[in-house]
Amino acid sequence: MSDLTAKTIAELRDGFRAGDFSAREIASAFNDAVAGARALNAYTVETPEDALASADAADQARQAGELKPLSGVPVGIKDLFATVGVDTTSGSNILKGFKPPYESTVSANLRSAGAGMLGKLNMDEFAMGSSNETSAYGPVISPWKRNDGGNAALTPGGSSGGSAAAVAAGIAPGVTGTDTGGSIRQPAAFTGISGIKPTYGRCSRWGIVAFASSLDQAGPMARSVRDCAIMLEAMAGFDPKDSTSLDLPVPQWEAGLSSDLRGKRVGVPREYRIDGVPHEINALWDRGIEWLRDAGAEPVEISLPHTKYALPTYYIIAPAEASSNLARYDGVRYGLREQGEGGLEGMYAATRAAGFGAEVKRRIMIGTYVLSAGFYDAYFNKAQRVRALIKQDFRNAFEQCDVILTPTAPSAAFGLGEKKDPLAMYLNDVFAVPASLAGLPAMSVPGGLDSQGLPLGLHLIGRELDEQGVLNAGLAIEERAGFTARPGKWW
Amino acid sequence: MADANAPYRIKGETGEWEVVIGLEVHAQVVSDAKLFSGASTKFGAEPNTQVSLVDAAMPGMLPVPNRECIRQAVRTGMALEAQINRWSRFDRKNYFYADLPQGYQISQLYHPLVGEGTIHVLLDEKDEDSAKAIGIERIHVEQDAGKLMHDQHPTMSYVDLNRCGVALMEIVSKPDMRSPAEAGAYLRKLRSILRYVGSCDGNMEEGSMRADVNVSVRRPGEQFGTRTETKNVNSVRFVQAVIEHEARRQIEVLEEGGQIVQETRLWDPDKGETRTLRSKEDAHDYRYFPDPDLLPLELDEAFLDECRSSLPELPDAKRQRFERLGITPYNASVLTAEVETARWFDQLLEAGAEPKQAANWVVAELFGALNRRGETIDNAPVSPSQAAELLGLVADGTISGTIAKQVFEVMLSEGGSAAGIVEARGLKQTSDIGAIDTEIDRILAANIDKVEQYKAGKQQLFGFFVGQTMKAMQGKANPQVVNERLKAKLG
Repeated sequence: MSDLTAKTIAELRDGFRAGDFSAREIASAFNDAVAGARALNAYTVETPEDALASADAADQARQAGELKPLSGVPVGIKDLFATVGVDTTSGSNILKGFKPPYESTVSANLRSAGAGMLGKLNMDEFAMGSSNETSAYGPVISPWKRNDGGNAALTPGGSSGGSAAAVAAGIAPGVTGTDTGGSIRQPAAFTGISGIKPTYGRCSRWGIVAFASSLDQAGPMARSVRDCAIMLEAMAGFDPKDSTSLDLPVPQWEAGLSSDLRGKRVGVPREYRIDGVPHEINALWDRGIEWLRDAGAEPVEISLPHTKYALPTYYIIAPAEASSNLARYDGVRYGLREQGEGGLEGMYAATRAAGFGAEVKRRIMIGTYVLSAGFYDAYFNKAQRVRALIKQDFRNAFEQCDVILTPTAPSAAFGLGEKKDPLAMYLNDVFAVPASLAGLPAMSVPGGLDSQGLPLGLHLIGRELDEQGVLNAGLAIEERAGFTARPGKWW
Repeated sequence: MADANAPYRIKGETGEWEVVIGLEVHAQVVSDAKLFSGASTKFGAEPNTQVSLVDAAMPGMLPVPNRECIRQAVRTGMALEAQINRWSRFDRKNYFYADLPQGYQISQLYHPLVGEGTIHVLLDEKDEDSAKAIGIERIHVEQDAGKLMHDQHPTMSYVDLNRCGVALMEIVSKPDMRSPAEAGAYLRKLRSILRYVGSCDGNMEEGSMRADVNVSVRRPGEQFGTRTETKNVNSVRFVQAVIEHEARRQIEVLEEGGQIVQETRLWDPDKGETRTLRSKEDAHDYRYFPDPDLLPLELDEAFLDECRSSLPELPDAKRQRFERLGITPYNASVLTAEVETARWFDQLLEAGAEPKQAANWVVAELFGALNRRGETIDNAPVSPSQAAELLGLVADGTISGTIAKQVFEVMLSEGGSAAGIVEARGLKQTSDIGAIDTEIDRILAANIDKVEQYKAGKQQLFGFFVGQTMKAMQGKANPQVVNERLKAKLG
């Protein structure tokens, strides 16, 4: 039954409902695939018993005629969602062995929708990274290889690198990711899958290990736009435990899917044509515009004038919030403790020196700096003001268009160890970050392969709360791109 | 006694100095649950039994504001005639300490809940001319920290997080106070108002109210000097001692040609002195920034209306009302200082007691008895209605004031109603002229020498005859009748 792992969530759900196969068969197939793919380093924890238990519950529910939206579907959970009794480390040594006594709202929502859990997925430490190389568990290896005959290990992107690799490799039909500045969309693009970051506040942040609170947002990653819609419906919803959660009903995104874009205008922002982006990426962007035109939409050129300030703004606000959010990892109550020398201060220093990796330390230092007396106005306050201007850019743009199309990332997946300069790494998120700063729904869908045989993604940004518009434009591209490429199994 | 209205001056070697004082009072908000978590706030529970996941700053936990705490702070602001800010925001104050699990305190720096207000104090309760208005700068709401226990283990400190996250109001005065007496009056009045409002129990021993004392000195009329801040002083007496000590210390430094260093100091109650905790150079850089986990606090009209309408009659208004009822300013002031006394007295009035007589009786008789017995008015052995009955018997002439004291003693020791005691013990006052005349005649006959002296001009002997008559009548004779009859007989 190994072909079960090649199916989409919709196919698994519907086939299970129709009695074509049991939930246990699905779970077993994925459990076997997970166990056989350890070379990818996608999972930090495997939970086959959990997947089987949920599958058995689903099989019984089917008998009893009490099916839930995701009955029979096992998913992978990014390691920063708290899962009861299962290691939740956010890819960090400082949380090694931490088993929370509580379940994140998003993973609890998936469970109550009937989904089982295959395991916890590797990620950049505290979601800080774009290549999964900052993980304390070591990098995830992308299932994709270049077609140059070489065997270079490639990044699946980050921070949701384990999530992306798992879907691309068929060791999970769908996964949770989180996106602070592109962490769902860039890895989705790098691995030829779909992923959506909903409007800020759609998914509760309760129980998600925080990186940057004003930006963090959970979302699904899966093989198809429909699968993303199915999963997002289960994940989203108002949560009184998160003050920033949106008190709105969850739309029926799957039922609302339509690739008929007649009457819609697609914004093409001129500021996203930037120097140094490979021709293939701009060419794919042009094809994307034509696909949407073909679906009935009218392309319009728009301007988002503050785009060039988005990345520096992001790299002030996100580290500032992170420097404060990560203060709780002090060795006092849970996680790693290194005694050090010199009493409490010594313990803090030793614990944090040993527990955090280089990138996390770098961002804590940047964040501490931009918030410190004398620099607060020049950095943090100014960044907040620029953020408001970026939001206003989008508001203005959406007077002229209904959805915005851009490339997802300025390059295809790069080799592990290739990008040593942090600034070069940060540039990966140049197209993803503005929508994060504005809190807007945005998604990446695969558009094609580059000359090296690596996937490239197209990026759709929608109005606040208009996930449907984003999904629909994504569906139109998916139907026209005909992206069926899969990585050859080498693991 | 010194004139309360004369300016307070300290004589130094080189002349007179004026003291400038500002107080920051931390008042624990009366609320069942903490400021951002559902955990209980009860005092005195076993360590770490009132700690939620949020209080312990577990990964992924989020704060949700407790409406009741906000309501209490708003009501307090209204009672202090202060500006209520309909839009306020929480900020993070970042610093590391073992009693601060999040690594930051959620407070309000930039946009506090309550703005400027006023407290009116009387420096001398007998002197309306000693009134002074002391400005409130602001009130903001913030989390309390936990507590370290250093005596549980030879080499380690333990942490108790029960208090962690409890709501505090920080009530910041303007630097309007000029003497220890003014600071004392301010604190007592503030405490009284908080207790009337019910927003803080004002219990300084349990730490529900603590003050940071800002002190500077200057030559009268000159500019403000450099101030020091003495932290966490927990009684009115200590606050006054801190001011006296700190002012003298500063004057000594200045007169020896030194300079005051802006610093944080600690009060050592055993030695009766303050000492340096940390200087400005070592001061924390708290890196305040808006808490991204919380939305701004926006108060609507209905909420404000409820806050306003739930305020009780406040001490100043009550005192004025009592004075209008003919009660002396001193008595009115004493009766309204403590909310329990004021409530008890109001019940006494409601039970029909005549205000002026009732006030005298409470201040002299009831307070005297409570003092003797070591009791407070909450558990007074006599209820307001019992007291009203007793006072009624005096007012309608059934018993004399002297007999009333006797009846009150019986009520205290044996209980029972005043009328019952008077009846059972035959203490009713008599105006029976025949009986009174009989006794007077007997006494005059037995004291012929004194009668002659009286008639010869020794008027003060009149009191002797009254006393003898009352004694013979066992105090039950109507004193007015006795006076009249004696005057008639002595001619």
